[in-house]
Amino acid sequence: MAKKMTATAPVVQRSVKKLSTWQMMKQYKILLLMCLPAIVFFFIFSYIPLPGVYIAFTNFKYNLGIWHSQFVGFKNFEFLFRTGEIWKLTRNTVLYNLAFILLGNLLQIFIAILLNEIMSYGFKKITQSMMFLPHFISDVLVGLLVYNLFNADYGFINSVIRSFGGEGMNVYSNPNAWPWLLPLINLWKSTGYGSVVYFAAICGIDSEIVEAAKVDGANAFQKIRYIILPQLKGTVIILLLFAVGGILKGNFGMFYNIIGKNSVLYDTTDIIETFVYRSLMTNFNFQNASAVGLYQSIFGFVIVMLCNKIVKKIDPDYSLF
Amino acid sequence: MAKENTGVKAKKIKLDASDMIVRGFAYVFITLFAVLCLFPFLLIVATSFTSEASIMKYGFQIWPREFSLYAYQLIFKTPMVMIKTYGLTIGLTVTGTVIGLFIVAMTGYALQRPDFPFRNGISFYIYFTTLFSGGLVPFYLLVVKYLHLKDSYFAILLPLLMSPWLIILMKNFVKGIPFEITESGKIDGANDFKIFTSLILPMMTPGLATIGLFIALGYWNEWYYSSLFLSSKVDIRPLQYQLYRIINEVNSLKNSVAGANVVVTDLPDESLKMATAVLATGPIIFLYPSVQKYFISGITVGAVKG
Repeated sequence: MAKKMTATAPVVQRSVKKLSTWQMMKQYKILLLMCLPAIVFFFIFSYIPLPGVYIAFTNFKYNLGIWHSQFVGFKNFEFLFRTGEIWKLTRNTVLYNLAFILLGNLLQIFIAILLNEIMSYGFKKITQSMMFLPHFISDVLVGLLVYNLFNADYGFINSVIRSFGGEGMNVYSNPNAWPWLLPLINLWKSTGYGSVVYFAAICGIDSEIVEAAKVDGANAFQKIRYIILPQLKGTVIILLLFAVGGILKGNFGMFYNIIGKNSVLYDTTDIIETFVYRSLMTNFNFQNASAVGLYQSIFGFVIVMLCNKIVKKIDPDYSLF
Repeated sequence: MAKENTGVKAKKIKLDASDMIVRGFAYVFITLFAVLCLFPFLLIVATSFTSEASIMKYGFQIWPREFSLYAYQLIFKTPMVMIKTYGLTIGLTVTGTVIGLFIVAMTGYALQRPDFPFRNGISFYIYFTTLFSGGLVPFYLLVVKYLHLKDSYFAILLPLLMSPWLIILMKNFVKGIPFEITESGKIDGANDFKIFTSLILPMMTPGLATIGLFIALGYWNEWYYSSLFLSSKVDIRPLQYQLYRIINEVNSLKNSVAGANVVVTDLPDESLKMATAVLATGPIIFLYPSVQKYFISGITVGAVKG
């Protein structure tokens, strides 16, 4: 069959269907072998840890190991729900993510539309480079940049405020500042990068539509309102839904490097992943970390499934599976 | 593409006032936002060249009031630490990127082959790991207790090799190469691996460059796995983790330069942090303009279709 030059993909597939799995494996052993390193990789790092969620139901002792630690049922979860810890973490994670997603996409679309109005290739390239830069750096550096700007004693912003005779502020001891600051920092970090997708979508709009509108006397605002924005609608909805699918996944690196172990701020800044990390690395409380992790995995899974279902209804081409 | 479109439009149709307003606003707003994006970086560079006394007195300034190279001199007083740190980071980045990229490319190619009957099954096997995971704790225990990789650089090298997202992205890139190429290789009697290495791989340059860049960035910016798995027993740390430690534990920094005969209390903590940040980020920023186009192609190819 393979020798037949004109064999197209579907034909090959159909002829293959008659073979048993074992025969197919033999026939495609080289392709299977090519996938083997990746299969082994995900087996070790993603599948082997799965049974470890059992830790969430134990009173875990490191020296006893997972299977010999005492089984305690839902006690770890009870503790987390009773103390209200889990509600706080969920609230913070979801609200921050919502703010990031909504504000982020708005600014990204805005920037993409404006970029489209810029004629100078050089100007566009340079400004895009500058806007990309924040996405290119490590979260450690992001933490340092924020410190550099907002530090109470030496921070740039306080220096400026003081030089105008004002009173400096200390955001690192003020939990109420961060629901404003973190979304701003996130905008700074991700807008340039995110706008590329929308910019590409705008570039894909048929230029004849735009020209025709111009001939009909549409002004620039009308062009944006009635041509560009409606054309972006599909992309926006899909991207938003995918983003919402990950709403329980935090932006761990950014949060941890900015807030760190500053417990004064936990009330408004602690997200699921920072709590898990701290429980494990600082408090060595494996079972609580594990319980919160499992909670995140299960609810995250449900949300992704729901979002995917909606995407599938809107446009089956874009659904994940 | 947009440039062409609008170029044509501009020739044919005269601009009216609304165009001028929107365009003018676009230039102003984009300039402002771009400068805002760059500003914190300039601030860090400036602070790293400022004397500690000036920082204590005036705070971080965008232009050094008292220019000083002291922080850099201090770092380079013990150049071996810095050289080893760079060496480790570059070594991890190169090794990880080469191995990871090869595996990702190979898997991506196999999984997009329309005649490969197991492609959907394996794709789902890989994709599922993003949907549901055991979380941090079981992963941590696996690496520390069962693979015995605590304090080993392998604990950093291995987890960053590949991700489901990169394999899917690679699949999308390879899809652009016509199936006929594979078929022509088959007619010549080459096996699938041979077809991949000698026919497909040379045609994959844009995909390889883009995904190689993402993997390399992952290694260069790595601090997370280091913070999980490298204890203070390990002297030489990846750059970003070294920076992380310096920022979070000024003490560890004091220890690391204590050998350089500096009175520990005189250490310029603030400017030293900034100088380390500049040294840790500098190389990648210089590399950045030349790889930017791959970065963009990665985002657009992998944008929506997961």
